[in-house]
Amino acid sequence: MAELLRLESVSRRFGGLQAVQDVSLSVGAGEVLGLIGPNGAGKTTLVNVIAGVHPASAGRVVFEGRDITRLKPYQTARIGLARTFQIVQPFPEFTVLDNVAAAAMFSRGGMGIAAGRQAAAEQLDFVGLAALAERPAASLTLAMRKRLELAKALAMRPRLLFLDEVNAGLNSAEVEQAMALIRRIAASGVTIVLIEHLMKVVMSVCSRIVVLQHGALIAEGGPAEIVADPRVVEAYLGKKYAQASKAGA
Amino acid sequence: MTTGARNALLVGAVLLLAALPLVGDTYALRLGTFACMYAVMAVSWNVIGGMAGYPSFATAAFFGLGAYAGGVLLSKGGGLAGALLLSGTLAFAGAMLLGVVLLRLRGHYFAVASLAVAEVLRELANTATDLTGGGMGLNIPLAATSGGPQAEASFYFLLMWALLLLTLGVVLALERSRLGFGLQCIRQNESAADMIGVNATLYKSLAFAISGVFVAMAGTVYAAWVHYIEPPDVFDILFSVKPIVMALLGGLGSTAGALLGAFAFLAIEETVWRNSLEIHTGLLGLLIVVLLLFLPNGIVSLARRLRGSGASGG
Repeated sequence: MAELLRLESVSRRFGGLQAVQDVSLSVGAGEVLGLIGPNGAGKTTLVNVIAGVHPASAGRVVFEGRDITRLKPYQTARIGLARTFQIVQPFPEFTVLDNVAAAAMFSRGGMGIAAGRQAAAEQLDFVGLAALAERPAASLTLAMRKRLELAKALAMRPRLLFLDEVNAGLNSAEVEQAMALIRRIAASGVTIVLIEHLMKVVMSVCSRIVVLQHGALIAEGGPAEIVADPRVVEAYLGKKYAQASKAGA
Repeated sequence: MTTGARNALLVGAVLLLAALPLVGDTYALRLGTFACMYAVMAVSWNVIGGMAGYPSFATAAFFGLGAYAGGVLLSKGGGLAGALLLSGTLAFAGAMLLGVVLLRLRGHYFAVASLAVAEVLRELANTATDLTGGGMGLNIPLAATSGGPQAEASFYFLLMWALLLLTLGVVLALERSRLGFGLQCIRQNESAADMIGVNATLYKSLAFAISGVFVAMAGTVYAAWVHYIEPPDVFDILFSVKPIVMALLGGLGSTAGALLGAFAFLAIEETVWRNSLEIHTGLLGLLIVVLLLFLPNGIVSLARRLRGSGASGG
């Protein structure tokens, strides 16, 4: 499996807070990598470091063999990194179509508004929002906004897609739909890093999982290995429970 | 009415204004020149304030810069075309450079910082006595128009009118362009715009520069027109405030609104001034507050509102 993204001892510090600590990680082309960890573990910060929102204080980020550590967000967006936000970020006054058209246009040079809207219509079809194309984005329900985020990210034709809690706040039927959508995106050849709290989703979609705690990687492996790993159980449930489950197993 | 039809109608109305020298006296021409000048300012301000969402108070800075840059060149014997070119170029380049720094600030912080630009330039004009005449002001020689006051008034009116037409042409094209689309993204959510690949720093600086270039040229025309400028006159804070009021009055964010707002503002200002000389500023302020209170989305929303209440009651 060819390597798409590599983190080399990446750290990020905010004043006295070490948000990301010496993380080294490799993401292969075509894989669906789960990034999990307790609240505040630094998952979103790690994505922000890679995307250039908060550049790394130390270490290197390499994407397709190119050092992108110092690139700004708009530059990483143009070389094939896209993300959805945990807290949805639509352009509220734009229609759903124009939201996606903006993503299609600005993620590559020279595309005009008409061509952007055309590309956007295709993505709306794909995520099932075509019927709402002319609605203002502000009028959508949360589930629909999450899908809009996805359509925007996909319209950028990403090589690597970060999905930051696309399922948070959705009911179980909506989660099922979202999972089917993620599988289809993965099948189309897009590499995905999935940040997720719902273990059901992580277990069934991801081929490999990495676990972050206090900004550092504590475990890495296939889904089955990860749930059996005492360090992971400890990170989520505490030391006592980890020992108890080990004794029980 | 679609935005395109509305814009076409407005451009048509502005084109008709060209007939003013045929029918109007010097008073009407003077008023017409001010109307075009205000419209240039309001339409320009709308690019940075309305489209990109950065409340700039730098209009007076651009205006004064243009008045002095063009005025100095004219007083040294330069031609009007050269003066216009110089002031436009200076404003564009200056705004691009300044924008990279200033536009890192948002909201109130940006507003205050942009306000300071005019103050700095005013001080510079005050101290550079050799070049600008400082506090004594700058005399600008009469342009070589023969034919008396009427011909001269017509000339400067048509010049300002042509500048307005140029401004409208550029800004309306901008509105439909990739740049205009990107500015709207920035206004709505700048970090999201960043994330989809909008080079926000460049786009904002461009918007700032475009909002400055025509205002500076209007400053040059103004200087040539009134023949005498001094720092407190052309760097007047009111030149920064009025365009914002006009854009709000007409309808924030739309070029048509800014244009209508400028004309409406001048009409109200002139009427109030003529009818109550002593308290005209107070009365004007009151009127504007009342208008904004009852018509928060500006004059352009009036048509929609009337139509809406007739059709669906909403």
